[in-house]
Amino acid sequence: MKITSARQAIVPGIAVLALALTACGADNEDAAPSGGGEGTEAVETGLTGTLSGGGASTQQAAMGAWAVGFQGINPDTTINYDPIGSGGGREQFISGGFPFAGSDAYLTDDEGELSAAEEQCGGTVIEVPSYVSPIAVAYNLPGVDTLNLKPETLAGIMAGKITTWDDQKIVDDNPNADLPSERINAVHRSDESGTTENFTDYLTAVAPDVWDAGAIEIWPTEYGGEGANGTSGVVQTIGNSEFSIGYADASQAQALGLANIGVGDEFVPPSAEAAAQILLASPPAEDASDTKLIYDLDFATEESGTYPVVLTSYLLACQSYDDAETAALVKGFVTYVLSDAGQEQAAAEAGSAPLNDDLQAQALEIVDAIS
Amino acid sequence: MTDLTTTPSTSDALPLQAPSLPRYGTIAAIVFAIAVGALVSMVIGAGYVAALVIAWLVLVVALPLWSLAVEGGRKAVDRVATLLIWSTFGLAMIPLVSLIYTVISKGSGILSGQFFNNSMRNVLGEGGGIYHAIFGTLIVTALAAAISVPIGILTAIYLVEYGKGKKLARVITFLVDVMTGIPSIVAGLFAYALFVLIFGPGVRLGIGGSVALSVLMIPIVVRSSEEMLKLVPDELREASYALGVPKWRTIVKVVVPTAIAGIVTGVTLAIARVAGETAPLLIIAGFTTDTNLNPFSDRMTTLPVYIFQSIASPPGLYRQEYEDYAWGAALTLVTIVMLLNVLARVIGAVFAPKSGR
Amino acid sequence: MAGTVQESPTEPDPGGPGGSVVTSGDGGSTGRVGDRVFAGLSVGSAVLIVIVLAGVAIFLLEQGLPALGNSGESAYGKDNIWAYVGPLLFGTLLAALIAMIIATPLAIGVALVISHYAPRRIATAFGWLIDLLAAIPSVVYGLWGINFLALNLVPVYNWMGDNLGWLPFFEGPVPNSGRTMMTGGIVLAVMALPIITAICREIFAQTPKMHQEAALALGATRWEMIRMTVFPYARSGMFSAVLLGLGRALGETMAIALVLPPSVLVSFNLITAEGASSTIAANIANNFGNASGSKVDTLIFSGLVLFVITFAVNFLGRAIAARGQVKG
Repeated sequence: MKITSARQAIVPGIAVLALALTACGADNEDAAPSGGGEGTEAVETGLTGTLSGGGASTQQAAMGAWAVGFQGINPDTTINYDPIGSGGGREQFISGGFPFAGSDAYLTDDEGELSAAEEQCGGTVIEVPSYVSPIAVAYNLPGVDTLNLKPETLAGIMAGKITTWDDQKIVDDNPNADLPSERINAVHRSDESGTTENFTDYLTAVAPDVWDAGAIEIWPTEYGGEGANGTSGVVQTIGNSEFSIGYADASQAQALGLANIGVGDEFVPPSAEAAAQILLASPPAEDASDTKLIYDLDFATEESGTYPVVLTSYLLACQSYDDAETAALVKGFVTYVLSDAGQEQAAAEAGSAPLNDDLQAQALEIVDAIS
Repeated sequence: MTDLTTTPSTSDALPLQAPSLPRYGTIAAIVFAIAVGALVSMVIGAGYVAALVIAWLVLVVALPLWSLAVEGGRKAVDRVATLLIWSTFGLAMIPLVSLIYTVISKGSGILSGQFFNNSMRNVLGEGGGIYHAIFGTLIVTALAAAISVPIGILTAIYLVEYGKGKKLARVITFLVDVMTGIPSIVAGLFAYALFVLIFGPGVRLGIGGSVALSVLMIPIVVRSSEEMLKLVPDELREASYALGVPKWRTIVKVVVPTAIAGIVTGVTLAIARVAGETAPLLIIAGFTTDTNLNPFSDRMTTLPVYIFQSIASPPGLYRQEYEDYAWGAALTLVTIVMLLNVLARVIGAVFAPKSGR
Repeated sequence: MAGTVQESPTEPDPGGPGGSVVTSGDGGSTGRVGDRVFAGLSVGSAVLIVIVLAGVAIFLLEQGLPALGNSGESAYGKDNIWAYVGPLLFGTLLAALIAMIIATPLAIGVALVISHYAPRRIATAFGWLIDLLAAIPSVVYGLWGINFLALNLVPVYNWMGDNLGWLPFFEGPVPNSGRTMMTGGIVLAVMALPIITAICREIFAQTPKMHQEAALALGATRWEMIRMTVFPYARSGMFSAVLLGLGRALGETMAIALVLPPSVLVSFNLITAEGASSTIAANIANNFGNASGSKVDTLIFSGLVLFVITFAVNFLGRAIAARGQVKG
């Protein structure tokens, strides 16, 4: 008797599970693409399959937007992007784990990465700038709406040499602000990060006396401050705790107060337009070639109206893939990213600066050679 | 405090009963303490928490002092102990209550048909859902159960029916116990390493998540099934043997059915335990915005990973939306796990074999 | 162990191998195919478990040991692998230690409420409530920890920093996010609590009734009775319960990954974000996606270290429990 009743108890459980499993497909996946931005018509491109890449978490917001836009045009595709950091993206790209990767720093041979990537690709590596965005210095300081920081002051704060908000140096930069006499909680990325690299690169260029750690991807422990994981970790930590300051991609930090950075004699707020200026003034990098559109940013620029703390993020891909489907997907996706639609989508959803026409044309030409 | 060995309270006066606090003594003390707490916190302008802390301090000091005056030292110590022990329980309830309250209050706002029927595909900001994550969790967990339950129950059968007194059985009992303590992230690393050997680097598969969960689930199933099989009276087995039934049929037809309720309870609890695992799935099952119903190809989002990703790396413009998603998914997950727990208790309570106690 | 009450086994002992009456049915099963198949299946499953556990160990060794020579870039900028794993190990142990200091007295108290203080019917319900704590997924603990607990603990930390700041543990400065080692320890304590409670209350409930009643009959108060009969009887069980709770706390990942600021250094300062060392498990979760090549080896090696320690702690816990059961 006991036996049968126990069995009867199991049956409905299995039935429920089976019933649940028969229902397939989420509502929004059957429906016509939505949110793909205006002007995206479902053109039959014939692209199908899943493309999983990853890398710089700075590109994550834009990638989300690009994936939505691309999937809107190509309903049978899926784009996955793991926001695992530039270093991770490059390593996975080199080891063949990702067919494409996002990276805040271009490949160099300092650690043999470029050669290894070329080996993995069986020839030519493609590097194109996909995402240019200001790195904002975000702060959480009740009652202070505008915060101006000279490069030396910023470097002093981040290096742990300026520790209170009413420090004379900050007061000098902000004569009118009502600065509290509270301890500064300097927040930094605890993981390996291209944002950190670009940010410290900037500090090294503008305030080498104060910031003496050089351009580094992993924050030096001895400079103290609170660590947080990923761009959003930094933003969340700053948002949660008063009297904090830190650096993060401007697109992710919109909800916080953003400091104006001293350039020459003026203080420039972070904006896509002001950030785009710097790429125009910067020389191509040493390793640049006709498939590698890479730049060494001129952080020390004193050009008026330029926001100097800028992050340029690249897309890495191979020129040729063994698998035709992967090649088609990568080509299609990267082309979309660089297209007007893609760049506008990213500007709207992620606050990035669209590439200028010249650069865009060059990049599209490079990508066109993918096979 | 240690006067038990010395003469207990038989003093000269020899009353039949030692003096003690009135029956309402404790309640009176509690009321008094709360009053003091409320008064003090009102005077100094502190909040509820401070009032409670003050009330508790007053109680812990006042009641024993009163008791000391009336009843003597040993009783006072006893009252302190009682107070402290009940306090620990109250303290332990704080996280449970606050956690459940937080999850419900923050998570219930977003629950809707859309939330349950949408995935995150083509979603920027609003309009997303957890459809894909629910199915990911169901599939990964169901496969984990499909792997673990037969292995676990058969092992338990070996331990109880075949292996008694054998060295292998003792070793296995011990290893199973140790396996219970494998950190979940280590199980994930194991599954990842295993699948990298087969599929190459960067692999993310739903089935990999199931394998990782199985490593965590098998020991739980073995232990609970073993306990239940041990409770089956030997008379049942002997009666069956006496009728000439072979041993394996005895196990399948007599022993296991007798213990089935308890075994099902154990399995359900094990499922509830692994359904909430995040770390191994983050490593091996990965994350995607799409509904993927095929565990053998591509990545598969599960509820815990969905929660973690939504909170750990939301797109900047939609932080608030993603936090809502995370809380909604957390509420869903907690509900599923709690339901499984309740189900297990009910099965256990209704069909429990009558034991001596 | 002086004063341990020893008694012949009058209670059923659920955990002990070979503890109950052995009835061998081997006689009835000679030569039948079904029997052999079934026996083979069950032995096979049992052996499979050994293989899986060995597999876990082997995979960790194979993937992790190459990292022993890692340094510089592949050891996350540290001089050698131990400079990287060492602080993480320290963080793991410290967080678990805090958790145990908080959870042990609480768990014993709660177990006593359930086994001795609460009326029987309510006690069962209380037991369920505590078990619910064990059922809540760790990522939800993390969510709650970072968004509720940590923020609410900030005033407490500030008070500690102001009044106990002379102790190196409470030096501060206190982060306004409340993400500190202490918060991590508290979350772990909540998570370990149900495990310790569950084992303690089993053992408390097994204390021979005769002893308890004898103590009460001699005029002992309830607390004296517990001190003189329950605790001595349960001592080894309580110890093994704490070790098993420690095992859980050591391996806990997600909650810590969310609550603890991830930095790799050694510091006893419990209420600051700057000096908090991350734990091995959380560090793997935070960095694993980000890693490939030799860094994966480094992380897997740290996982191996964690596995060895958890293994040792659980081994010890179970061994003590088993010994206690043989005696009791």
